Amino acid sequence: MTKEYDVVVIGSGPAGYHAAIRCGQLGFSTACIEKWQNKDKKTVFGGTCLNVGCIPSKALLDTSHKFIEAQHDFETHGIKVSAVNIDVPAMIERKDQVVKQLTSGVAGLLSGNKVDTYSGTGKVTSPETVAVSDPEGETLELRAKHIIIAAGSVPIEIPPTPIDQNTIVDSTGALEFQEVPKRLGVIGAGVIGLELGSVWARLGADVVVLEAMEGFLPAVDRQIAKEAAKIFTKQGLQIKLGARVTGSKLSGGKAKKSVTVEYTDSDGEQKATFDKLIVAVGRKPYTEGLFDSSLGIELDERGFIKVDEQCATSIPSIYACGDVVRGPMLAHKGMEEGIMVAERLAGKKAQVNYELVPSVIYTHPEIAWVGKNEEELKAAGIDYNVGVFPFAASGRALAANDSEGMVKIIADAATDRILGCHIIGPSAADLMQQVVIAMEFSASAEDLGLTMFSHPTLSEAVHEAALASLGHAIHIGNRRRRA
Amino acid sequence: MTTEIKAPQLPESVPDGTIATWYKNVGEKVARDDLLVDIETDKVVIEVVAPDDGVLAEILKVSGETITSNEAIAKFEVGTEEGVSGSPSAQVKAVSNETVSAPTASESAALSPAARKLIEENSLAVNEISGTGKDGRITKEDVVNHLSAQSSTTPKSNEGGPAQEVSISSEGRIEERVPMSRLRAKVAERLLTATQTTAMLTTFNEVNMQPVMDIRAKYKEEFEKAHDGVRLGFMSFFVRASIEALKRFPAVNASIDGNDIVYHGYQDIGVAVSSPRGLVVPVLRNADNMGLAGIEKEIRNFGEKARDGKLAIEEMTGGTFTISNGGVFGSLLSTPILNPPQTAILGMHKIQERPMAVSGEVKVLPMMYLALSYDHRMIDGKEAVQFLVTIKDLLEDPTRLILEI
Repeated sequence: MTKEYDVVVIGSGPAGYHAAIRCGQLGFSTACIEKWQNKDKKTVFGGTCLNVGCIPSKALLDTSHKFIEAQHDFETHGIKVSAVNIDVPAMIERKDQVVKQLTSGVAGLLSGNKVDTYSGTGKVTSPETVAVSDPEGETLELRAKHIIIAAGSVPIEIPPTPIDQNTIVDSTGALEFQEVPKRLGVIGAGVIGLELGSVWARLGADVVVLEAMEGFLPAVDRQIAKEAAKIFTKQGLQIKLGARVTGSKLSGGKAKKSVTVEYTDSDGEQKATFDKLIVAVGRKPYTEGLFDSSLGIELDERGFIKVDEQCATSIPSIYACGDVVRGPMLAHKGMEEGIMVAERLAGKKAQVNYELVPSVIYTHPEIAWVGKNEEELKAAGIDYNVGVFPFAASGRALAANDSEGMVKIIADAATDRILGCHIIGPSAADLMQQVVIAMEFSASAEDLGLTMFSHPTLSEAVHEAALASLGHAIHIGNRRRRA
Repeated sequence: MTTEIKAPQLPESVPDGTIATWYKNVGEKVARDDLLVDIETDKVVIEVVAPDDGVLAEILKVSGETITSNEAIAKFEVGTEEGVSGSPSAQVKAVSNETVSAPTASESAALSPAARKLIEENSLAVNEISGTGKDGRITKEDVVNHLSAQSSTTPKSNEGGPAQEVSISSEGRIEERVPMSRLRAKVAERLLTATQTTAMLTTFNEVNMQPVMDIRAKYKEEFEKAHDGVRLGFMSFFVRASIEALKRFPAVNASIDGNDIVYHGYQDIGVAVSSPRGLVVPVLRNADNMGLAGIEKEIRNFGEKARDGKLAIEEMTGGTFTISNGGVFGSLLSTPILNPPQTAILGMHKIQERPMAVSGEVKVLPMMYLALSYDHRMIDGKEAVQFLVTIKDLLEDPTRLILEI
């Protein structure tokens, strides 16, 4: 039995479901294949992001942040609480509810946009056909004019620490602990490692983060990264840089109660024992069983599906987007790529602006950035002005008792065009987003300076940082006097 | 489907135009009614917009090139990507060349705050700056680049603005060499033509403005109330007096066309109005049909339009007689230059109190010198003098205007 569609999308994660819904909106007959099943063996949509990534991690981050606030910050406000406790299973249950609500939401959106969904693993069998194999082994063939591969990515495993999803876990397992581990090891001080480490550190775990690289958050502006390192250390995260994990040993008998990690750092060989170990060293594109090599879809040297600026593969009818292709492995990048492919199929000239992909680390304070940082501009020989505004000078932040961090805006020295925005602080992602919009319109720092911002808001810090880059911020001293 | 974008049909008195600034590049996607290019003529700047959604396929005439009416200036690929193509029709809007230093409200909307500020601070013309922002918006960066291009010593031909050269002479004194803008060059040419091809001379007289001033003082408020807030100025009196005089001396209301003299059976009075970019002369059509209020209102409109740079070509062509008022700038006496093909022009001047002899007594009266420059090939000395005396008489006794005597 062969069903025919205009478009078949493999994967219903952010890239996949955006592509599928947009295709449906544009009038294409669309199918979306999803192999993910939840604990109850039901097919759920939304991919990594909804099920074991963005959403669940943010749910736990918010719960654990409220816990910390109640435990440490309420006192300052004059709020008296007696012992604050965390019911981990309840926290996990709430997270599951949020995920459930959103995955059924996506299911609803897909059907609302007339997208046929298929449960099973999709495999591209020819430039016009996709085979769907369901968990029972039954295969169905779909014919497609266009195929969009959005198969996503999976956590990278490293040989010294094989995942058992019990004591040694990846990000998925880290979202399912039923109690706060006393000693938590995290391999990888990247976004995921810091976020998950934060969750459990806040709830009482003794957290050690082992990072193989010498530098902390190398992609982040140096000033912001330094401030982040200081703040996280103050929060109790012990971040060890230049620590390369060489092996691990489980112990504690059948219950596998702990793991001892061997690593080398500048002082030599070290050992550390943890009750739980999270491996968060990165993710790799998932192309297993996606197509036969004879099909001719090219992969790049890192295993991503090779695509051009519009996500077209080497085969005319096949596109790929999201984590399975090059570029930052971010849900929003995948989403916009999915939209771009759908719109291009309809003849519209959509193009993702890869220059302005924003990034966020959802710790608290939040870290967010877009565009170029100072180091990149120095390396490129571009003259720039910088404006930094600390939240310590923000009325709103002080009123909220949440004033760590700063907003940094970098603008071209000659034309004043905003080249980058880097923030660590409360609502960093939402504040930075305003600058992303401005940068899409080639705005100058002066444009932000001439725009009225509500008072008192956190957003004002963006306004003041822009003024600072021009040498005339009001709420902080200006070092260099500039007209 | 590829079509040609043609230059618009230029008005009769405008022989050709120059491509000023292209706002879109070859290969750029444009939407219907997007501004493609500015064409500069002697009088106005004409905007050419995209006839449909599509792509600018080829530019046939680049910035600085001369074009004639309906000449092809570009090739245009019509059609959105859905394959729908409409029937192309080049649309043309005429915009006065007298652009102002501050961007108009509609132009401001597309400028970022910093760009707008910089443009105002440097008295730039918005239409001379090409926008590289989203949808062709002008960003601060564009203005900054425009300014640095203007001040650099190497002339840039694609900006549309005049190339300037600053040099230091051998004695160490600074010279700045700026090529004439097209408008100024054309004005220079016409002035030269007027003085070289006409036998131009000027006759003078003076008029006691007290009677008119008395009327204004007495009826000012009532006039404003009755006529929608239009104020009673001096110009309307002068225009009406001129019309009356022109009826009596048709030669003054005539034009020379080749070897013919054309006597016009109507009076189209050109009123010189100053705008931030210079003098413009919009024309009161069939002024005889206008009362004082109508004339004042129309002049007020012209003033506003000139200030906003929105005078149309049709509003500035033609005219059988011109009135110029140097008095607003303080001129006591002057010799206005003819506005070809007209044969006469009336110059008004400053009203200055002077002691005058009236019936053997000295009285201080508000006096204005009048000047009439005329083409002696067409108009006799006697006619010119009597024409001017008529105007004087009509103004000194406005009742004559009603009685037509």
